[in-house]
Amino acid sequence: MKCQKCKDSIATIHLTEIIDGQRSEMHLCQACAQNEGVAVKSQIPLSELLNSLLAAEADEPSVPEIKDTLDACPYCGMTWEKFKKRALLGCPNDYNVFADELDGIIKRAHSGHVAHIGKVPTHAGDGIKKQIAMLNLKKHLADALKREDYETAAKIRDEMNNIGF
Amino acid sequence: MELRKISEHIGKWFSGSGPMSDIVISSRIRLARNIAGYEFVSNCSQESQAIILEKLKEVLMGLDLSQKVSYICVDKAGQLDKDFLVERHLISRLHAQSKALRGVVIAADEMFTAMINEEDHLRIQVLMPGLQLFQCWEQLNRIDDIIEQHIEYAFDSRLGYLTACPTNIGTGIRVSVMLHLPALKITGHLEKFFNAARDMNLAVRGLFGEGTEAVGDFFQISNQTTLGVKEEDIVKKFSDVIIPEIVGYEKLAREQLFEKKKNMINDKIYRAMGILSNAQMISSSEAMFLLSHLRLGVNLKKIDNLSIDKINELFLLTQPAHLQLNSGGPLSQDDRDELRAKIIRNCLNQN
Repeated sequence: MKCQKCKDSIATIHLTEIIDGQRSEMHLCQACAQNEGVAVKSQIPLSELLNSLLAAEADEPSVPEIKDTLDACPYCGMTWEKFKKRALLGCPNDYNVFADELDGIIKRAHSGHVAHIGKVPTHAGDGIKKQIAMLNLKKHLADALKREDYETAAKIRDEMNNIGF
Repeated sequence: MELRKISEHIGKWFSGSGPMSDIVISSRIRLARNIAGYEFVSNCSQESQAIILEKLKEVLMGLDLSQKVSYICVDKAGQLDKDFLVERHLISRLHAQSKALRGVVIAADEMFTAMINEEDHLRIQVLMPGLQLFQCWEQLNRIDDIIEQHIEYAFDSRLGYLTACPTNIGTGIRVSVMLHLPALKITGHLEKFFNAARDMNLAVRGLFGEGTEAVGDFFQISNQTTLGVKEEDIVKKFSDVIIPEIVGYEKLAREQLFEKKKNMINDKIYRAMGILSNAQMISSSEAMFLLSHLRLGVNLKKIDNLSIDKINELFLLTQPAHLQLNSGGPLSQDDRDELRAKIIRNCLNQN
């Protein structure tokens, strides 16, 4: 469907207005909708969010350049090009194969965070559990230091030593 | 599970009860999980999909939830049944449309559902009426623990639970609260609320409506960051800060409307009542729009003899798939609009 205003771009914003029971519909492209003052940014589907993150990736100079011919995942055959199109990975191993490329995307999607500090499956080994407990303590330590709560900070340091890395 | 048996009433989570239920419709938490050693659904062979489906179905159907649990095979379900499940928030639109071998496990009270082979192998969710996120998390976490005794999840020490889309890794948690915000809409403050939510990395979506339009002033607010945060901290932030703050703004907007624009708000409420109790044909979006004003009227104690419960029921039972399922089969748009008007009229004129 073409945009009703510019009659050129594809209409992606569909508005329905009902005034006194009279229903009217408007179909606009993103640019025209913004010109009309219609709020559209509030409904960004996750796939679009990911695409915008991928697009940002390309412009970011600090991110190492991504080779066009990255190897495919030996398990599932996923390639970086294919991922960029579908925004879905093929198997858990892709997180290893494309670790460097995904790094920037993951940071941007998760407010700069890079490591998990939440729930750990019981089947996970002791090493993993310790590692995540450490990350949690580190976060608590930073929080305690930020609010100048040195007593708590000292306790957290003790706990970190006890975990025994 | 016979869908006809549940289609004539509303799910417990939509019952209009629970804390802050005048503004908070429901609380929902879902977890995304995948089985270790398999490809993600969209990249998975049919054979693997079938194995995953069987494995998860067996574990989920064996859960002791102190109530009956049913399984619906979504890939074999008819279009109307799938639309119905989406309208009722029991499956996602993606789950209804996907091509994978897939199904959904639903608890009798509809407060727990598990989608198998949606975007991830498993998406479990707990839904409750009002603001009850801590309770949702407690239950969901317990169910997740039980499933995990039987299934090895794909998990990485650095990235946490691994998901098909990198936007869900870490905890795989999505905390969503559905809110009814008619006064913020009428006073034109919704944009501010959206901006504030965006700044906090939250997603806001309109609910109900047949396409992308947000009708009925229902909005769903959910977290986007799933990595580097603890599940409990997200739940706590939503319960203690984010939602009470939005509820506070909506209440303030309601008070202001009541004080400064009494006639305007009364007009909206009684006009809604007038049209809804007399209309002979009504579209889904017009009904949503007017029912929203009526709901506000009940909350502001402007309308007697009508409960929030009843209005919530009208919202759900007049959705297209509900109408058709309850009338026994597919209906044309005109027939739907006629039936919808009749159901609403009957309900309102009873009182």
